[in-house]
Amino acid sequence: MKLLTCPVNGTRPLSEFIFGGEYRQAPEQNSCTDAEWAAYVHNRHGAPGDKKEWWYHSPSGTWFIAERNTLTDKVSSTYLLSQKNLNEEKAAQEAGK
Amino acid sequence: MSFRIPKQAREWLNRDKKINFTFEGETFTGFEGDTISSALWAAEQKVLGRSFKYHRPRGVLSLANHDINVMLTDGTDTNMRGDIVELKEGMSLNAVNTIGGVKKDKNSYIDSISPLLPVGFYYKAFHTPRRLFPFWENIIRKAAGLGVVNFNYPRILKRKQHAHCDLLVIGAGPTGLTAAYEAAQAGLEVTIIDENRHAGGSLGYNRAGDKASVEYLDDLLNKVVRHPKITLRTDAYAAGYYPDHLIPVVEAGGITKFRAKAVIVASGAFEQPPVFRYNDLPGVMLGSAAQRLIYRYSVKPFNNGIVVTANDYGYRVAIDLLDAGTKVVAVVDLRSGSNGGLHAAELYRRGIKIYPGHCVYEALATSDKSSVRGAVICAYDDKENIALAANKFTLECDGIAMSAGWAPAAALLYQAGTGMQFDYGVQQFVPNRLPEGVFAAGKVNGIYDLDQRMRDGIRAASDALRHLGHSVAPYAIEKHNGPSPSHAYPMVPHAKGKNFVDFDEDIQIKDFENAAKEGFDNIELMKRFTTVGMGPSQGKHSNMNAIRILAKIRSLPVEKIGTTTSRPFFHPTPIGHLGGRGFHPHRLTAIHDWHQAHGAVFTDIGAWKRAAYYPAANHSKEDAIQAEAMAVRKSAGIIDASSFGKIEIYGPDAAEFLERFFTGSYISQKVGSCRYVLLLDESGVVVDDGIASRLATDLFYLSIGTSNAAAVYREMQRSQQEWQLNIALVNVTGAYGAMNIAGPSAREILASLTDLDLSYESFPISHIQEAVVAGVEARVIRVAFVSDMAYELHVPMAQSQHVWNALIEAGKKHGLRPFGSDTQRLLRLEMGHHMPGIDTDGLTNPFEIGAEWAIKMDKPYFIGQRSLSILAKRPLRKQLVPFVLASNFNADMPMECNLVIDGNEIAGRVTSISYSKFIDRCIGFAFVTPAKKAVGSEFQIRTDSGSLVTATVVETPFFKNQIKSQKGA
Repeated sequence: MKLLTCPVNGTRPLSEFIFGGEYRQAPEQNSCTDAEWAAYVHNRHGAPGDKKEWWYHSPSGTWFIAERNTLTDKVSSTYLLSQKNLNEEKAAQEAGK
Repeated sequence: MSFRIPKQAREWLNRDKKINFTFEGETFTGFEGDTISSALWAAEQKVLGRSFKYHRPRGVLSLANHDINVMLTDGTDTNMRGDIVELKEGMSLNAVNTIGGVKKDKNSYIDSISPLLPVGFYYKAFHTPRRLFPFWENIIRKAAGLGVVNFNYPRILKRKQHAHCDLLVIGAGPTGLTAAYEAAQAGLEVTIIDENRHAGGSLGYNRAGDKASVEYLDDLLNKVVRHPKITLRTDAYAAGYYPDHLIPVVEAGGITKFRAKAVIVASGAFEQPPVFRYNDLPGVMLGSAAQRLIYRYSVKPFNNGIVVTANDYGYRVAIDLLDAGTKVVAVVDLRSGSNGGLHAAELYRRGIKIYPGHCVYEALATSDKSSVRGAVICAYDDKENIALAANKFTLECDGIAMSAGWAPAAALLYQAGTGMQFDYGVQQFVPNRLPEGVFAAGKVNGIYDLDQRMRDGIRAASDALRHLGHSVAPYAIEKHNGPSPSHAYPMVPHAKGKNFVDFDEDIQIKDFENAAKEGFDNIELMKRFTTVGMGPSQGKHSNMNAIRILAKIRSLPVEKIGTTTSRPFFHPTPIGHLGGRGFHPHRLTAIHDWHQAHGAVFTDIGAWKRAAYYPAANHSKEDAIQAEAMAVRKSAGIIDASSFGKIEIYGPDAAEFLERFFTGSYISQKVGSCRYVLLLDESGVVVDDGIASRLATDLFYLSIGTSNAAAVYREMQRSQQEWQLNIALVNVTGAYGAMNIAGPSAREILASLTDLDLSYESFPISHIQEAVVAGVEARVIRVAFVSDMAYELHVPMAQSQHVWNALIEAGKKHGLRPFGSDTQRLLRLEMGHHMPGIDTDGLTNPFEIGAEWAIKMDKPYFIGQRSLSILAKRPLRKQLVPFVLASNFNADMPMECNLVIDGNEIAGRVTSISYSKFIDRCIGFAFVTPAKKAVGSEFQIRTDSGSLVTATVVETPFFKNQIKSQKGA
């Protein structure tokens, strides 16, 4: 069984996790066209490669993002979405200075 | 008469303990430590079983757990493998695949008609006419499969354990032992496993007369066994490889799931038989099998043996045979240019005749076909791989040992995702791209020389150490040097065939040729057509030769043929090992025991056990449900609703969170009021619904249906992770028990237990109050799900039994009775409430169930809003409508999922339907085309039997005229 690292609880067996689908940024709903929205809702990229995915550590109720290559099944990093946002903000601020 | 020879160093026998057993009614004696096969062979019993297809007599082939023609039963266990199962006192054994015993198998005639049974015979012969197939099937089923299942077999559950180690070494031969020792010396916690009863691998039997190898093994084992960081487990096989180094290890007592940080596969190689006519006779065995007989069990393989070899290994076997007292008649070497190495020189010195560039053209059977009486030898063209039979001659012998080469025991490497390539230096597939943390060493890595294998063990250990972050210098070893340990094509064609490639399935060279002629010339197709490698040994002794034959047929290099997929389990694993305790955790409410004591029938909803109904004696399920429903309508009923999902949303942004998550409006919701919540997904499909009660400006108490509650809570957590609002989500499902008391007498019953003003004026529907009920702090909600006159009480789980008892007691004089979740389904239907997941499916949008009223489109955002704005522009395609059947309907009752039919078209389906005793009508919900949605419209439902039933669209609630006005009631 595969192991997955929850950013809060550490490395745990896969049976403790629930897959939550690919993490995708929704288009701006007030300005996008119907077709753009429909594409977001219904279409998925099936091609294997590096994906951002939602995973849920069930016993602790932790949602997090795993960056996983769906071809090799290798997880390169896991983090809380909020942490990543903070990190990105910080990086953007520093880049702006 | 006995083939037993004097005690050998490190033999596996305990000569102090004799074991008596019977085989096919005859009594035999062996020693403790013997396998069934070794004990029988010691008694010169050579016919140990019959082959699967042609029922040919078979004996010892490998003694390495792929002698699948020697399968026995003791009446309880089916298919015990004689070559590895240890002898036990009093065993009473019979071969499995015979009618009337191995010696006089009545099915042995099949061998003589074998030309009538080519590969693919069954596929073709019984295909048509179809009506005859049941007749043939009966015959084929009897012939297919091995052994008879004993249905009285006791249910034995084996334990499952988990174990961890830094390094798991698979194979306790010289390579694995060396690797383990090296890694342990550097500080790793090492476990070594080996499928054999004793460690040592080939070091224990491949001696070529060299006494030093025993001392070598003693030293190595001493170091390993005494090492505090090494655990050695024998009689344990690695059954498969699963991601992140999870390896189930199977032992007699059960499975241990090993999680290792690194794995060294030192699993060795399987010896492969050369292919010549009658290479399957009892007495023809692999060279390593002869060595195992001699050194493990002190049994002489035969009296006068011929060694046929296609590598230098056969010369080692010949020396071991001589040392065991077997007369070696000749060594026949397929290769013409080879000198056979050091051991050939010794054989010359000892006067053994060697025939280079020769082959065994065919083995000759004794008249009763129970053994070998000689071999026909002739020259062999090692380039064209054909026998030059013009000058053939016969040598007498009673056994043939054969060595032609090896196939790596690479199943686990394949499963781990190893890329293999064909190495012509060793004529074998070897790993060239290993997954992270997986290492291969020894024969499986194409290394054969003993010293070199041990250094390969050191090399693998150093690789594993570096993988685990230890700073050790890389250790390089050179590739195999010298003659190839495997022959490129050890096949001797023969016009009359019976030159077996696969002993499991009796497949001959010509079968492959025929398969290729029919177009099955891809390895995966050929495997399925010929069934090569599909028998119990899973191709361990046949796949490599099959690949070689196919390569030759197609004139392709071997590596272009590829290999078939290797899957767990490595050896057949008993079902008892795999099966286990049922492990489906379920949740019980605090009132569960009461329900049980009152005769409830339970149903599984989500993770919960819920009381479905309480049948009185001699009452049917239907009677019980109608009686419970009548109580709610006429007096009062009470249901345990503790399994409802209960979630608190707490914080300044609590209302904002609900606004985004659900479709309705919550910022404007007054404290003390309840509102309906409807959850959609991003495509606008209805997911679930529930009730949100506002307890304070910053506190909402949400209750949702049982079955989907866990998933809804999970989605709330995900949204919060995205939105990062100033709230906390608390799942209090298990903290609060809930019960719903409903019916005309509900208010009076509840009033006797609380000071709360329950008048309809001060406590209207869709409101929540906090009050003390029966001495317990309770949240009291007026919801109209099953009845307009209902109170839902939420109390701490631990006190829920107390409150329940108090209500039951107070309700006695009012005829209060408990009702279950099945009755609740009927009650809500009478009320005209549709339920997500029952009256909706994975495509239903809120417009189709008439839930527009629950949607506030003019707020900034909610999940599914954008999709609804698109759907709103489109015409409806279906509509959920309430319907009734004719009064006094007494025909074929439609059921849920029956189709609504309009002419020849499917126009919808029934989602809920039930008879209601209270209304005295059959009522339900159905999807229909929008044209039929108006009250009074009629539509047709087709029942399971095909009859058409007319239904009429009505308004809800179904009993509208029989109940007082609910507005503010």
